[in-house]
Amino acid sequence: MITAEQKPMQEIINCIAPYDRILLVGCNECVTVCSAGGRKEVGLLASALQLHFLKQGKTLDIKEVTLERQCDPEYVEELVNYMDQVDAVVSMACGCGVQTIAARYREKAVYPAVNTKFMGASERQGIWAERCQGCGDCVLGLTGGICPIARCSKRLMNGPCGGSTKGKCEISPDVDCAWQLIWDRMKALGIEKRYEEVMEAKDWRTSRDGGPRKIVREDLAS
Amino acid sequence: MKTESRLEKILAAGHMAVTSECGPPRGALPEKVKEKAEMLRGCVDGINVTDNQTAMVRMSSTAACIIIKQMGLDPILQMVTRDRNRLALQSDIIGAYAFGINTMLCLSGDHPRFGDHPMAANVYDLDSVQLIQTVKKMRDEGKFQGGADIANAPKMFIGAAANPFADPFELRVMRLAKKVNAGVDFIQTQCIFNLDKFELYMKQVCDRGLHEKVAILAGITPMKTAGAARYMKNKVPGMDVPDEIVKRMEGQPKEKQAEEGVKIAVEAMQRIKEMPGVRGFHIMAIEWEQKVPEIVERAGLLPRPEV
Repeated sequence: MITAEQKPMQEIINCIAPYDRILLVGCNECVTVCSAGGRKEVGLLASALQLHFLKQGKTLDIKEVTLERQCDPEYVEELVNYMDQVDAVVSMACGCGVQTIAARYREKAVYPAVNTKFMGASERQGIWAERCQGCGDCVLGLTGGICPIARCSKRLMNGPCGGSTKGKCEISPDVDCAWQLIWDRMKALGIEKRYEEVMEAKDWRTSRDGGPRKIVREDLAS
Repeated sequence: MKTESRLEKILAAGHMAVTSECGPPRGALPEKVKEKAEMLRGCVDGINVTDNQTAMVRMSSTAACIIIKQMGLDPILQMVTRDRNRLALQSDIIGAYAFGINTMLCLSGDHPRFGDHPMAANVYDLDSVQLIQTVKKMRDEGKFQGGADIANAPKMFIGAAANPFADPFELRVMRLAKKVNAGVDFIQTQCIFNLDKFELYMKQVCDRGLHEKVAILAGITPMKTAGAARYMKNKVPGMDVPDEIVKRMEGQPKEKQAEEGVKIAVEAMQRIKEMPGVRGFHIMAIEWEQKVPEIVERAGLLPRPEV
């Protein structure tokens, strides 16, 4: 999923200070799962903002809506009836949701209330970790199911580097060495020999380096 | 011969090679480069010039190499893949070769986290193994990594680093094999303090016949103080400094610690010289270049052969 974390309160306050009427929009997908911008967080943020402005003698009118999926124009359309009642929109979805709202409601300012972080997985309750960088040409089949691009600090394709110590990365003892993990998996799978095959220079065109990407499915496009 | 490299000639003639290194200054100070390189004249076969080492901005390795080349010495261009993509790496290789630089070292480089620009983007378009492949393709096929022909292709003698002491140990010889598969000509190892472990590593290297495909230069660093020994033991990732080395340094009064450090280095070289498969030494006397001639001499490696 896409993970996110709420922005510092002061940053959100600074964005909406000029406005009296706010539409606060959550999303029922990834940001709900990582407890950053679902219905619950929308309610908490709305209360906190109202309290803050009340202390300053201003009654902030906040409308709370949590869409099924904020990155989908079909659901974003549901906001149409609110737009003449608000001065600005604050989105608690990932950057994809924010931009879908901005594209549909061009006359309304939209502010992000979260920082979109990474594509990751849940390690355990309350902890998410990066797993994929969306390079567009998956190598997991060659690396024992562990991604060197997302999980090696230097995205080395032929690691580990000389900084790997006791299974940890040189940048921090809190970061696993991806190549130690890959090596352990290769051994478990009995494919250690494959390690010595050089992984050639990657073609980054399929990644962000090739420019903004798009998927067009002719069979589905209307 | 693949190149005009002095290091290649020394190795081909069967001599024990000696290289050392200079870190370029953090400013436009050509005299500093000359001063450091001059200290190494006549006692080494090549001078590594580091490339923004520890991710701190310094004079470019290429520029400092040119200065050293123009002094009639033999620079070894270090190149990390952290700061430049494959376009910039290849253009710098051509540029360096245009000034007669013919020996280089392919590295991934320290993560920006360690340096004075931790906010920098880290590039890693290629890794060190892919850089070796790229330089080899430029030299042997006369082609850029992207496939186009190069006019007057650079002929570089290709080096890389190896750390016999990083984890997982069982992978270290396989990683060397990978660099050999990619086409590396010589290896400079991480500083060796744990001689028993290095001996075990070299035995595995020789068992696989890798020593016949690549020239291994053993990394040596003389320690100035007991504090430096403790720092390297505890703070530098992938460094293996045994307790007895730290104790030996601590056992000396402050004013005698530097001499003890040199003694430890020379003793290590005497023992490593006898290890099968070792073809020379790479002496990393960090900000202590003036000690290199003495160390080389005491290790019995002076004068350097003419080739």
